[in-house]
Amino acid sequence: MARIIVVTSGKGGVGKTTTSAAIAMGLAKRGHKTAVIDFDVGLRNLDLIMGCERRVVYDFVNVINGEANLNQALIRDKNCNQLYILPASQTRDKDALNLEGVGRVLEELSKDFKYIVCDSPAGIEKGAYLAMYYADDAFVVTNPEVSSVRDSDRMLGILASKSRRAELNMEPIKEYLLLSRYDSDRVESGEMLSLEDVQEILSLHLLGVIPESKSVLNASNSGIPVILDEKSDAGQAYADVVARYLGEKKPLRFIDSKKGFFRKLFGGK
Amino acid sequence: MNQSSILDFRSATSFVPILVLYSNDMEMISKRLQEKIASAPGFFRNSPVLFDLSELNENDMEIDVAALISRLRQLSLFPVGIRGGDPLQEKQALALAVPVDSGRSRSNPVLPEVQKKDDAVPEFQAVIRDAVHAPAMMITQPVRSGQRVYAASDLVILAQVSAGAEIMAEGNIHIYNTLRGRALAGVQGDIEARLFCLDLQAELVSIAGIYKTIEDLKEISRKKPVQVYLRDQALIIQELS
Ligand SMILES: Nc1ncnc2c1ncn2[C@@H]1O[C@H](COP(=O)(O)OP(=O)(O)OP(=O)(O)O)[C@@H](O)[C@H]1O
Ligand SMILES: [Mg+2]
Repeated sequence: MARIIVVTSGKGGVGKTTTSAAIAMGLAKRGHKTAVIDFDVGLRNLDLIMGCERRVVYDFVNVINGEANLNQALIRDKNCNQLYILPASQTRDKDALNLEGVGRVLEELSKDFKYIVCDSPAGIEKGAYLAMYYADDAFVVTNPEVSSVRDSDRMLGILASKSRRAELNMEPIKEYLLLSRYDSDRVESGEMLSLEDVQEILSLHLLGVIPESKSVLNASNSGIPVILDEKSDAGQAYADVVARYLGEKKPLRFIDSKKGFFRKLFGGK
Repeated sequence: MNQSSILDFRSATSFVPILVLYSNDMEMISKRLQEKIASAPGFFRNSPVLFDLSELNENDMEIDVAALISRLRQLSLFPVGIRGGDPLQEKQALALAVPVDSGRSRSNPVLPEVQKKDDAVPEFQAVIRDAVHAPAMMITQPVRSGQRVYAASDLVILAQVSAGAEIMAEGNIHIYNTLRGRALAGVQGDIEARLFCLDLQAELVSIAGIYKTIEDLKEISRKKPVQVYLRDQALIIQELS
């Protein structure tokens, strides 16, 4: 049986797709057969970040409608043969997905895959609901700002009350915090919430902090998940996230301010 | 993931506020309801509600069920059940698509014998009513932004209550964690109700409709256990030592 992971947030643009691509690649690189599904119907983003946009023939909606089977729609990743992408449709609207159809596709994938990563669209409406409904684990991507934290909290309430696990009175979805686009200098100067602030408000199990990094944009421009850029801070932070998710102990990195460090070094204020 | 499923019936506990009527004066009922709704519009607007006529029937007070239902609907409530009604009242309710909720009708022997005595004095009845108060509702998971909890009893919460969450109880509220959302105790007018929490950072606290908002709470020191209660119609917030 596969483990179904939803990458969700409530707020848009916080790094869900970046995270989905990175952790799916990270899990696959470690030898776990992984599928990553784009639930953002109408926008289609994941295939660009995975660099497979030219190879999209059939998509998630085609599979749900029975217009193609899974094997026709799944795209094998060019860098890792354990990773498959199920792209979203650009031409449909978001009503093309339905709960029963999504359930069917996930069930079929579960037979063959170890991990299924669901890249949720923004918001708390139908698309986000469908992406989280069948999840076993949730990566809640949050930026260190008040509105993002509030939306994450809202999403956590939905995970706890509207998911399949909640409805069937099963063990609840395991919820993890992924604090992304963390700019320690701006935290230091008080422009952004600190890790401690966010932890205090959400009180969630922290999987990792991803620093704000140029490498993310570079990676998405070249269609390669940032986790494969092993020299980059964001790539390393994502590698740590995957390791922690798999149960390894890793100290937190990339949370100290550079300015703060020099200030301490030279004793100034 | 059931391949061919079209629908499912699931057993679940859901929390629907129960409107217990002690008066059959429709205007008074309306007025009081409007006040209640104004005190927590987010909670009551479009809320389902069960109405309970057992007190009225006990005291032979007649009520026009059809008028009551239409009044509730006018006030943006959705009556979803009738309790403690007599067969005629139940029939009238059904005709207006409000089903009978037999969860705790008068025929169920929940009340102690004493109350059935004809000569029971009113004060005595009040005591009895407390004695049959439902057991406290217990919540172990965080109450997150956008979630609402209503307890027709005391409410005990072992996790945090987030900003943007709303919890209400007819009795006391105990939060063994941080309160950042809105918490309303004694929502049916119990001025003896109290609220306890380990860290008060609330958006609003209220006892029996008397409230303070985040603006009034600025002075309260954080990370200290406090209790909130009413004294002479004033809301007192006191550190517990
Ligand atoms: N750690 C980071 N450092 C710098 N930029 C980042 C980082 N993470 C994401 N971004 C940038 O933020 C933007 C949004 O990222 P992404 O598309 O992953 O977010 P999303 O949550 O999936 O958005 P949407 O809600 O629209 O689906 C992108 O331009 C991406 O390059
Ligand atoms: Mg996205």
